[in-house]
Amino acid sequence: MNIPATTLPSPAEQGLNLQGIGSSGEHVAAQPAIEVEGFNAWYGDYHALTNMNIVIPEKRITAFIGPSGCGKSTFLRWINRMNDLVPSARATGTLKLHGQDLLDKATDVVELRRHVGMVFQKPNPFPKSIYDNVAFGPRLHLRMSRGELNQIVEQSLRRAALWEEVKDRLKSPALSLSGGQQQRLCIARAIAVGPSVLLMDEPCSALDPRSTAAIEDLMAQLRNDYTIAIVTHNMQQASRASDYSAFMYQGELIEFGQTEQVFTMPKSEQTQNYITGRFG
Amino acid sequence: MNALMKNTPNARSGRFFKDHLFVIVCLLAAGVCIAVLGVMLASIIVQGMEHLDTQLLQNPPSRKPEKAGIYPAMIGTVYICLVCAVTAIPLGVGTAILLEEFKPRQRTLARLHGVVQLNITNLAGVPSVVYGILGMTAFVELFQVLGSPSDPIWTIGTTDNWYYIQLPFGRGVLAGGLTLMLVVLPIIIISSQEALRAVPNSLRQGALALGSTRWQMVWGTTLPAAIPGIMTGTILAMSRAIGEAAPILIIAGVVYITFTPEHLMDDFTAMPLQIYDWASRPQESFHHVAASGILVLMAILLTFNAVAVIIRQKFQR
Repeated sequence: MNIPATTLPSPAEQGLNLQGIGSSGEHVAAQPAIEVEGFNAWYGDYHALTNMNIVIPEKRITAFIGPSGCGKSTFLRWINRMNDLVPSARATGTLKLHGQDLLDKATDVVELRRHVGMVFQKPNPFPKSIYDNVAFGPRLHLRMSRGELNQIVEQSLRRAALWEEVKDRLKSPALSLSGGQQQRLCIARAIAVGPSVLLMDEPCSALDPRSTAAIEDLMAQLRNDYTIAIVTHNMQQASRASDYSAFMYQGELIEFGQTEQVFTMPKSEQTQNYITGRFG
Repeated sequence: MNALMKNTPNARSGRFFKDHLFVIVCLLAAGVCIAVLGVMLASIIVQGMEHLDTQLLQNPPSRKPEKAGIYPAMIGTVYICLVCAVTAIPLGVGTAILLEEFKPRQRTLARLHGVVQLNITNLAGVPSVVYGILGMTAFVELFQVLGSPSDPIWTIGTTDNWYYIQLPFGRGVLAGGLTLMLVVLPIIIISSQEALRAVPNSLRQGALALGSTRWQMVWGTTLPAAIPGIMTGTILAMSRAIGEAAPILIIAGVVYITFTPEHLMDDFTAMPLQIYDWASRPQESFHHVAASGILVLMAILLTFNAVAVIIRQKFQR
């Protein structure tokens, strides 16, 4: 067991080994990025998440799977406090990012969202040019010269594997791109702000298989620098693209572990049934 | 295959007939509207062509119909509409942004928000003559508490400066423009709110997720996306302002004005008033002058709209 002293007990109870299983097979100890303990969330009277305990490791890809309405997206939206937009949403418990309590009233959500980028289910580029979309975030936060901004835009687009396709038409409208390109643009836009965590809420569900493959390749490259949490309904995607998997059902975290273990030797019968397609 | 043929029980129940009937009814309704408009335009053009010349555009009003012109009224209309646009657009769009994008969470504030919203909706339905009386009381006479228009308590500049302002305003360009602002404000607010509401929430979430403050979200994302809709509403509102006669009649009175206003407090007349004045005269030939005036008014209106449409299309790209 390679768990740091600060780690919460529950993942250990689940037998979680916080070890990386990099593509090259190297075993690198992962630090916890997001620590959740006794987390409950409500929409009005509806109890959306019940007593969640999970530690999301840093610089790994963690996939959240489970049937619709099980609370995956709700959980994701609490990590960057997007649920603040929902008047009836509230939560209790501990939700820490790098040791800082996110539910604390003193937490600056604007600052938080700089560090926790989000990619949505439907690509949502702004009705501006490709360049302005990527530059939107940096312009919010930093005062910089045109040259520096150009550099950030190029870097972000390169990281999102979109640069080669759009470098000659940065000034054309973002909405003229295809769906897959738009989604990669949204990823570039999120990266440009310089986050440490990327939340992806079913980023591929509106895309064709080829664009999905492009996004998955991209995730594999980003994995070295970002903590990625992805919600997906696609079992194959979870099994091939993630390091860790969490199965949720009716607002509860049923199982969490290394993806290989969750998909080959699930501890819970519910997980077994879900991933083999017997329900959900 | 039988199910796809026109001889099924469903078809015999007459749904194809109903379909055709509905199309015909719609065509008739549209036709009636266009016909009424056409007849109106035709009669005005026939009556108005006689006097539609450069004299009409350049001359002040006159007792002789063949010499009568609309120039002072035209300039008066442009001035009051400018005052109206400059005040109503920022106020209206600002209010719409507050009501739509900064909805309060707290219960008492939320209730206040509801009250304001309800009242703005109601204000849009108030007859414009009521605004005329309000403008008369509030702007022209300043509730009769501080001085009177002929004996102002406070002034900026002199009557030689275009920006001359006095309190109370008196029956001048500024009072007229502000009264028009009252008339169009609810229209601008409501249409701007609708334009903002039509902006997909995914854009707001996208902006917030990048770490925008709410204001940055509005300024950088929501407002640009809503500009075409806001422009459309503003065009409609300004068109209404140009054609509005009742409130202006109360503020300006039917005065025989042969000069153009020289400063913000100067007496003025507007095109709808001038047209009303001509149309109410007994001589037949003045009615024809009124028709020519209407043609000029419509031309100005169409020009305004065309310019606004061009601006809107530029923004949409």
